[in-house]
Amino acid sequence: MNAPTPGALTSSLLYLDGVSVSFDGFKAIRGLSLTIEPGEMRAIIGPNGAGKTTMMDIITGKTRPDEGTVMFGGSVDLTKLDEAAIANLGIGRKFQKPTVFDFHTIEDNILLALKSKRTVLKTLFWQTEGAQQKRIDEILGIVKLADKRERLAGSLSHGQKQWLEIGMLLAQDPKLLLVDEPAAGMTDGETAQTAVLLKEIAKDHSVIVVEHDMGFIRELGVKVTVLHEGSVLAEGPLDQVSANERVVEVYLGR
Amino acid sequence: MITRFLLSNMDRRGLVFLALIAAIGLLVPLANLLMPAGSPLHVSTATMSLWGKYLCYALLAISLDLVWGYCGILSLGHGAFFALGGYAMGMYLMRQIGSRGVYGNPVLPDFMVFLNWQELPWYWYGFSSFPFAMLMVLLVPGLLAFVFGWFAFRSRVTGVYLSIITQALTYALLLAFFRNDMGFGGNNGLTDFKDLLGFNVQAQGTRAALFAMTCVMLISGFLIARGIVSSKLGKVVIAIRDAESRTRFLGYRVDRFKLFVFTVSACMAGVAGALYVPQVGIINPSEFAPANSIETVIWVAVGGRGSLVGAALGAVVVNWAKTMFTSGFMAPYWLFALGALFVFVTLFMPKGILGTAQGWWESRKRPAPVPAAEPAPAE
Repeated sequence: MNAPTPGALTSSLLYLDGVSVSFDGFKAIRGLSLTIEPGEMRAIIGPNGAGKTTMMDIITGKTRPDEGTVMFGGSVDLTKLDEAAIANLGIGRKFQKPTVFDFHTIEDNILLALKSKRTVLKTLFWQTEGAQQKRIDEILGIVKLADKRERLAGSLSHGQKQWLEIGMLLAQDPKLLLVDEPAAGMTDGETAQTAVLLKEIAKDHSVIVVEHDMGFIRELGVKVTVLHEGSVLAEGPLDQVSANERVVEVYLGR
Repeated sequence: MITRFLLSNMDRRGLVFLALIAAIGLLVPLANLLMPAGSPLHVSTATMSLWGKYLCYALLAISLDLVWGYCGILSLGHGAFFALGGYAMGMYLMRQIGSRGVYGNPVLPDFMVFLNWQELPWYWYGFSSFPFAMLMVLLVPGLLAFVFGWFAFRSRVTGVYLSIITQALTYALLLAFFRNDMGFGGNNGLTDFKDLLGFNVQAQGTRAALFAMTCVMLISGFLIARGIVSSKLGKVVIAIRDAESRTRFLGYRVDRFKLFVFTVSACMAGVAGALYVPQVGIINPSEFAPANSIETVIWVAVGGRGSLVGAALGAVVVNWAKTMFTSGFMAPYWLFALGALFVFVTLFMPKGILGTAQGWWESRKRPAPVPAAEPAPAE
């Protein structure tokens, strides 16, 4: 699915067009269009209620759009699939509130995320092979949790949980990573490290980062999409976007 | 592969449990059969059957702990699977009576003669064969659990709603089995058993063999449940318990994993019921009573939810207490005692007997629990 299949509508990795969804009459997303190219990292900003999280819910199959097209890899219609199928296609998600498995060790958290067959029988008779163990060790090293591998994930600090969750995303080895506020609740030092980590990941994955922290986005140095009231308000480099009159009005505030 | 699945990472607590049950399964029948009645080492047949009943409950508790303690599915209808296994065994035992019934009909059980039925209903066919009946002991509860779980888990019914549906399931079966025209003996159920595999079910030797068999099945059930919870599937199942939607976003089909453990658990409960029936000598619809299923939940909570040994321990302890309570002047107060026990455990021992004992033991071993030297997370 890396190369667009012959029948592909687009060469984009992710293609949203005219997507709308409403909850009890409230239009959370209205006519949203967005494309992510293979290997691209994109930051998405927007005030509260702009539809950032709802957009992620639509891409990952948690919410079905009322109308519009959501295509992955040019030919897969994501609106027809459920969460597990979409995850197995290669879309990983990190939640705003770090969600790790508190009663598993850090190593087991990574093991559960590690790319593998997810069937009942395969997991029942699972044996971790050497290469897989090596990959787990590697990831634990990248997210700097190798010395804590035997500890329960529930005992980690907030920032460490964020990192563990990023590690779980890496273990999934998705084609596209959706990262919701990775720097929330982090110290400046941790934020800077997280930016480095994400840039490292973006070398061989496509990444969408939703973030509020402008400093963090500046550090990432990538194309920015501004959402407002469920559709795209502006798109471009951060400097250009933050000079935009409308953006300043709705988001950067006055 | 199977041996590795069953025995890998066996912890000390599991080994102690296995050794204990194996010893009981060997020594109690011997003490019953070989020791003279006056000897202090003699175990009476009544006592042995009573403890056989407790061990059946222990197997039921393990099966419930598998779905509740590990997968977070609070089934308030596990008694239904237990009773269905029991009925399958009861039907076999009824067919073994042959023409020795009160009415002397060679084919029809007494209650059918009494109802003026002319021939055996189709769903009684085959139950004269022991292997077929044993297959049904697994298949009937398993199939019901599979179909029920298929619909419930696919539509993502969880939490208290699922508990209520399981409760309704067992209540519906209770009402159905009460009806005479269902063909399961109505409110009297199935009783007056004579033979099991050609041996008199009342005979001391048969009782001893049944007790030993119960221990064998308890050990097998424990090994299977432990194999499941210590595999990667067990980790997935715990992940589902703690963060269901997160597990789904990792690409696991949560409904299938739930369906698997729920079905395995129902089969295990069915086996427990099948061993229970010949030891108590009767199966009737009251086994489907919702209160029975709720009591099972209490055993697991008391022993220690999320620990297989704890669940088995809880079943034995609570039922032993129940026997003590209900056979003396305290009899009218048993339900109060049970309720008080549940409240006490919930408030003061949230990890159950075993979890509390373990915590106490660990704090003794390391007298001064120094918090792990951890750079304070700067936030």
